[in-house]
Amino acid sequence: MTAHSAHTIAGATPSFWREKAGEFLADWLAVGGLALLLIIVLAALAAPLIAPQNPYDLAQLDVLDARLPPGSAAGDGKTFLLGSDEQGRDLLSAILYGLRISLGVGALSTLIALGLGGVVGLWSAYRGGRWDAVIMRVVDLQLSFPAILIALVLLAALGQGIGKIIAALVTVQWAYYARTVRGTALAEKGKDYIAAAQGLALPTHRVLLGHLLPNCLPPLIVVASVQVAHAIALEATLSFLGLGLPITEPSLGLLIANGYQYLLSGKYWVSFFPGVALLLTIVSINLVADRLRDVLNPRLAR
Amino acid sequence: MIAFLLRRSAQSLLVLLAMSVLVFVGVYLIGNPVDILISSQADQAERERAIAALGLDRPLWSQYAHFVGGALHGDLGRSFAHGVPALELILARMPATMELAFVAMLLAVGLGIPLGLWAGLKPDGFASRLIMTGSILGFSLPTFWVGLMLIMVFAVFLGWLPSNGRGETVQWLGVSWSVLTLDGWAHLILPAINLALFKLSLLIRLTRAGVREALVTDYVKFARAKGLSARRIVGVHVLKNIMIPIVTVIGLEFGSVVAFAVVTESVFAWPGMGKLLIDSINVLDRPVIVAYLMVIVLLFVLINLVVDLAYSALDPRVRLGAAGGTP
Repeated sequence: MTAHSAHTIAGATPSFWREKAGEFLADWLAVGGLALLLIIVLAALAAPLIAPQNPYDLAQLDVLDARLPPGSAAGDGKTFLLGSDEQGRDLLSAILYGLRISLGVGALSTLIALGLGGVVGLWSAYRGGRWDAVIMRVVDLQLSFPAILIALVLLAALGQGIGKIIAALVTVQWAYYARTVRGTALAEKGKDYIAAAQGLALPTHRVLLGHLLPNCLPPLIVVASVQVAHAIALEATLSFLGLGLPITEPSLGLLIANGYQYLLSGKYWVSFFPGVALLLTIVSINLVADRLRDVLNPRLAR
Repeated sequence: MIAFLLRRSAQSLLVLLAMSVLVFVGVYLIGNPVDILISSQADQAERERAIAALGLDRPLWSQYAHFVGGALHGDLGRSFAHGVPALELILARMPATMELAFVAMLLAVGLGIPLGLWAGLKPDGFASRLIMTGSILGFSLPTFWVGLMLIMVFAVFLGWLPSNGRGETVQWLGVSWSVLTLDGWAHLILPAINLALFKLSLLIRLTRAGVREALVTDYVKFARAKGLSARRIVGVHVLKNIMIPIVTVIGLEFGSVVAFAVVTESVFAWPGMGKLLIDSINVLDRPVIVAYLMVIVLLFVLINLVVDLAYSALDPRVRLGAAGGTP
């Protein structure tokens, strides 16, 4: 019981989160972004149920339906609302399935990077000294190079594949979390509740994860919300360049790349609509992230 | 000052060495280059000759030692695909990239600072809201897709501008330039806009935030109380104080513009070193990949050094010793 009341003093309590949620919902633009994001995520999750066809089932594809403009009727009487690609695949279905991959890769890599960077940052701040200096040097060095460059080199070394692109995205992102958590943890570490937890002779991992971590969460959430959008955009870019996902797992970036060659002959829809889906996803996440930053930033609170 | 310069240079060299090991080991993990570079129809003797000629039969550390020894003489290996020195290949493509990056940066600075100033001075106006919404969009739009849309609208539907290549170039100082011909500009402008968009949004936001912070400071209030004109307050008291972070960011972002040119060059088939990198990765032309990365790392290290020096020159509060220590 004492262990729990120790960290309620610092503020990361259920009532703190309830209050912040209220502040978040006061901004209609952010609420709109959140609603759009929920719709997109639901549509991606429900893709097998709501998509007009299964874009990977070759039996459902007809080459005679290839590259039809939006609104055309397919051979079997269905309508291609957003047109079809070079294999006669319904673009709307391809986009819905592509969203699953884009969102999945983005979310998974963000979660892993968050966990990894968070733990490293916490530990670095808690231990201090030489290890802290070494870790932060590595973080500084990595952050002085653009993410896309590091990801390109990694993928050049690792090759293609869904696991490899997640590994590359995690490597690119962990440093942001490590730096953010370390900054907050350094400030929190000197507070009384940490001293109290240490006084109870709790094991280090309990002090770190049970007491320090909950109070470092707000800035971590802000960074994660921005980074998830970056991860999705980066994956799309790498896939577009032909270095990300293999053709068997067509994310939005790969769909856009497929349409590139038809763009010059005026068949815009093959690239255009997957891009719109990507854009809506990233904008909705950014709107939410923008509001989260305002709500959770202690400097703007008072 | 000299001690600072020496310490910073030593740091830079260390970074360069560390990156060279990482890059080398990383790139040499790629599959088995023998299978890719040598025709499958070659007989055993031919294969062995080719392996020896490319130096692939030696152990990794020996290949690395050879690589570093060569690098110190400006020799970063010979391109597998083109058969010419990798560094020569990179340097031949560099002007195209630099030209693109400079024009993009000029666009971003030339538009970003005035727009950000406007948005910061009149935060509630309609134009300011439009500018800020635009900057969120600029952050959210994936560069490669914007490039495609620019091609779609201006090259395909309107037919105003060409969609790929550098156009007509003029030789000057032994290098071809597109900025010196009208046709070159027609080819340059779309990729430059594409590359500038992200940095434009960044500069708008940065300038706006700086202006809003500066407007509530005591020195601006005092300048107002003295009855100075609005033009003088903005031009001298506000702008001068927000220029320090902006100049730093411009410097640091230039490196990132060069790196992001990889994407824009691929979309617009701009024959710069970014496109060369992607082509080389696709055919696993390792010496070119390694040479590109070494050139980029060197560029970044130089930019960081220059920005550090510029920062301490611009802001007298920054002591050189502090700038070189831990942040």
